[in-house]
Amino acid sequence: MSASAPITGAVESPTITAESKTKESLDLPWQVVVHNDPVNLMSYVAMVFQRVFGYPKEKAEMHMLEVHRQGRSVLWSGVRERAELFVQQLHGYLLLATIERVN
Amino acid sequence: MELFRNNGTLEISEIDPFLAELLRQIPASANPDSVPAAEQRLFSAPADPAVEKEMCAEWKLYVEPELRRIFATATETVEKDLRQLGEDAKPFANRTLRIPLENSEAWLNALNRARLALAAKFDFTEAELCDHYRSPVGSRRDLSLFQVNFYGFLQEFIVRELECSSERIAPNEV
Repeated sequence: MSASAPITGAVESPTITAESKTKESLDLPWQVVVHNDPVNLMSYVAMVFQRVFGYPKEKAEMHMLEVHRQGRSVLWSGVRERAELFVQQLHGYLLLATIERVN
Repeated sequence: MELFRNNGTLEISEIDPFLAELLRQIPASANPDSVPAAEQRLFSAPADPAVEKEMCAEWKLYVEPELRRIFATATETVEKDLRQLGEDAKPFANRTLRIPLENSEAWLNALNRARLALAAKFDFTEAELCDHYRSPVGSRRDLSLFQVNFYGFLQEFIVRELECSSERIAPNEV
């Protein structure tokens, strides 16, 4: 590292950090919600959660029961692009899934 | 009717002509054509259209065609397997259907679409859907409810077999 490097870093670093935080705050507040559906089988829904989100069986079943009993369950939250991809996969399995902004 | 797994194949044997006909109807039942309620259920909105208007419009334009392609491919696979129940067999003889395990995803998809489309078309209530002992003899609505339950039974069998196969594989992988 050259002798002048710390000076350059000290000037530029705060700007880069600030931009990154702004981007994250715009991207983060999205969640994937699965809604109850009387037709889809409970075993099928739990299997889909395992496949799409990589959840272990117990966690997948917990979400499935939450959907069944409470009408909906938040399966994942994070950036919009990924949430959209999850919902697309869930629609491929015919689950009633939506993307919502986190309040 | 008997269901069992034979190595890499899911076998449904002793299928009587009535159930064979219901199986043949899977591709047609999975097609939501001309039934707006079924179309809406199979291609549901990704968000509240009132809140995320732009997202829903983009979804229709870019994602829905891809979903239609996936569903069409699954239907084709199921149609090919269903050729085993062809007309060349004796009219009242029981049949056997062998589903290669690699086609099980397509079957799950087509069965699920058929169940959802029928349920949307006939607007079945949750109580009706839970009534597994209702006789199929009667109206077209009763027959369709029986179809939904019969397809659900097959779906359950495939899910269970897939689960068993992943459990069988797991110890060897570790």
